[in-house]
Amino acid sequence: MTGPLQLRSFQATTLRILRQLAGDHRSVAMILLVPSLVITLMYFMFQNVAHPPGTPSPFSNACLILLGLFPLFLMFVITSITMQRERASGTLERILTTPLRRGDLLAAYGTAFSIAAAAQATLACVIAFWLLGFETVGSPGWVFAIAIVNAVLGVGLGLLCSAFARTEFQAVQFIPLVMVPQLLLAGIIVLRAAMPERLQWVSNALPASYALEALQQVGMHPELTAVAVRDIVVVLAFAAVALGLASVTLRRRTP
Amino acid sequence: MMSSSQDELPAAAAIAIDHLQVVRGKRPVLPDFSVRIARGTITGLLGPSGCGKTTLMRCIVGTQVVTSGTVEVLGGPAGSAALRHRVGYMPQEPTIYDDLRVIDNVRYFAALAGVDAGAAADAIDAVDLGTHRGDYCANLSGGQRARVSLACALVGRPELLVLDEPTIGLDPVLRAELWQQFAALAQRGTTLLVSSHVMDEADHCGDLLLMRQGRLLARTTPRRLREETGCTSMEEAFLSVIRRTTAPRAG
Repeated sequence: MTGPLQLRSFQATTLRILRQLAGDHRSVAMILLVPSLVITLMYFMFQNVAHPPGTPSPFSNACLILLGLFPLFLMFVITSITMQRERASGTLERILTTPLRRGDLLAAYGTAFSIAAAAQATLACVIAFWLLGFETVGSPGWVFAIAIVNAVLGVGLGLLCSAFARTEFQAVQFIPLVMVPQLLLAGIIVLRAAMPERLQWVSNALPASYALEALQQVGMHPELTAVAVRDIVVVLAFAAVALGLASVTLRRRTP
Repeated sequence: MMSSSQDELPAAAAIAIDHLQVVRGKRPVLPDFSVRIARGTITGLLGPSGCGKTTLMRCIVGTQVVTSGTVEVLGGPAGSAALRHRVGYMPQEPTIYDDLRVIDNVRYFAALAGVDAGAAADAIDAVDLGTHRGDYCANLSGGQRARVSLACALVGRPELLVLDEPTIGLDPVLRAELWQQFAALAQRGTTLLVSSHVMDEADHCGDLLLMRQGRLLARTTPRRLREETGCTSMEEAFLSVIRRTTAPRAG
C-alpha cells in the first residue's frame, strides 16, 4: 500500500480526535486547568509548613510528583473512555472497514492526546515555576519532557484497558484498578525502599515506579543522570508495549 | 425454487458466497447460505427484521466472525486489505461522530478513503444536506444522521456499496431521490447491495434476495416475483413466497 495514503489516514484521524476534543469546551477547560488548580491548592496547603534550610521545600517535592504523574493519570482516563466510546458506538468497526491501519489509528490517538497533554503540562509548568516558586535542581525542561513521556504511557495503558471494558462505567472502574495501586507502589506515600521485598518486586514491574524515579532524579541532580535516562527509556518501552498489545485487541471481525 | 439464475454468473459475480455459516451466541444466524450477486446491479436484500440481513452484510464487508464457508468479494476474500478502499459500508445505526460537524465527518471518511475534500462536498450534496454541512451531527434528526452516515459510505466512490437500511426514516421525496442516485451509480458500474424490511422498496432493485430465518427463500427480480406469485404488491408477493416455501410438501 502507498505511503501517502497511510500518512493521510494518520493525520486525518489525529485531526478528527483533536476536533472532537476541541468541540467539548468543558473538557478542554478541565484538561488545561485542573492540574494548575490542584498545584495552586497544594501551594497554599504547604504555605505554613516549615522545612530545614538547604533542603527542597515540601511544596516542591509534592509539586514535582504532581506535575509528572498527573498527565499519566489524566490521559489514562481520557483515552480509555474515548476509545471505549469509539468501540461501543460502532465507529471503530466502521473505520476499520476503510483502508485505515490499526497502527495508524493508535498512533493518531497517542499523538492527539499527547498534544493535549503537552498543552496541559505547559500551563502547569509555567504556573508552578513562575508563579508559585516551584524549584528543581535539574532543568524544568526535563520535568516537562518526563510529563509528556508519562502522558504517552497513560495513552498506551488507556487504549489497552479500553479493550477490557464493555461500558464507559467499566472503563472508569479501571482507574482504581490500574492506576491507584501503581501510583501507591511507585513510592508516593511510602518510599519503595521501605516496602516489603515482595512489594518492591511488584513495584519494579510497574511503569509508574520508573516515571516517579525519573522525576525525583531531575528534582535532585543538576544534570540528567544515567538512572533518569534509563527510567525514561523504560517508561517509553512500557508505552510501546501497551500500544502494541492494544493494537492486538483491535479486532476487525467480531462475533 | 427461483434460484436458477444463480449459477449463470460465475467469475463476473461481485459477491460469491458459498455455504456460509454464522453462529452468534449459540444461535445459527445463517445456517448455510450461498448466493452470487452480479456486478453493476442494485440487489435488494429483503426480509423481516432479525432474518440475518445485517449479519450477511457484515460478512461481506468482513466485520463478522464466520463459522464456516467462503465469502468472495470483487475477486478477493471478504474484508481483505486490498478490498478496503473498494467497498463502502453503511451500517444500520447511523455510525458517525455526533460531536463533529457534518462536513468534518464526511471529510474524515474521504481522507480515509484517499479522496479529496471536493468528493466530501459532492457526497453531502448527494444526500441533500448542503444546508446542514456546518451543523453538529448531535443536533440533527435521525433521518439526517442516517444521511450523513450514507454520505460517509458514498464519499470514497467504492466499486461495491453495502447499505444496511439506507432509506429508513426518510421522507418519500428524499427516498425517491436516493433510489434515483443508486440507479445512476449502478449505471456507472457500481454494485449496490441494499437491505430493507420495507417490501415496497423492492421495485427499485434489479435483483431481489428474499430472506427469512437466515435462509435464502428466493433469488428473483421484481417482475418475475409478480408474475410467479400473481400479486401486484411486493408485500403480498413476499408473503406468498413464504407460504409456498413453508407449506408442507404434500403429493
